[in-house]
Amino acid sequence: MLKILVVCGNGLGSSFLMEMNINKVLKEIGAKVDVDHCDLTSAKGYKANIIVGTKDITSQLVGYAEVLVELNNILDIADMKNKVIEALAKFE
Amino acid sequence: MLLNEMLLIDRIKVNVEAKGWEEAIDIGGNLLIDQALIEKSYIEAVKQTLRSLGPYIVLAPGIAISHSRPENGVHKTCMSLIQLKEPVEFGHDTNDPVKVIFTLATTDKEAHLQSLRQLMSLMMVSEDLEVLFTAKDVDDIIEVINKHS
Repeated sequence: MLKILVVCGNGLGSSFLMEMNINKVLKEIGAKVDVDHCDLTSAKGYKANIIVGTKDITSQLVGYAEVLVELNNILDIADMKNKVIEALAKFE
Repeated sequence: MLLNEMLLIDRIKVNVEAKGWEEAIDIGGNLLIDQALIEKSYIEAVKQTLRSLGPYIVLAPGIAISHSRPENGVHKTCMSLIQLKEPVEFGHDTNDPVKVIFTLATTDKEAHLQSLRQLMSLMMVSEDLEVLFTAKDVDDIIEVINKHS
């Protein structure tokens, strides 16, 4: 199963909030994907296919996952949905 | 913990004046420091992370969630909310300027999750989110918080 890792600076607040809406999007599009969240340092030792984070975070994780998804606004579900669909399409 | 158990009336301020992001983070943090819920070191850690990683805590237009890790000085899981009189710049490409700042502190990785779920449900209802930006009275904010707790 594909694995999405949601990353933020501490792995406690922002990433959990993002993960909530990503799970909502995945349910909506019917995708079966593992989702987890963690902090920036732990992310570097984690095996994930897709890493999701805000720009400050993903820019430090280049090379740590096959696909990086950059989010600007965690409340913008439509944008998140487009980006997740686009990222998942790369594994089809 | 429910959102309305984290975010009590004396941890919410509207129409707050701050000159820049550091002062705004301090004001939000002081609401919790003054009640001995967190240490000053916690807020210093928030600012340090922002300086080194950038303004990633500005999660949506106008909204920042100031937070760090439990080991940086948290006595009790809690949250504060300030609404700024004039929004401040955090240096975020798309979500500046920031008008609403939550300060979140948790004693462990789980204690705050229920309240974050409830906070997300509040933020996803645009008229409720709008209240956080525009309320002149803390009671109006308490009302939307209770609605989602």
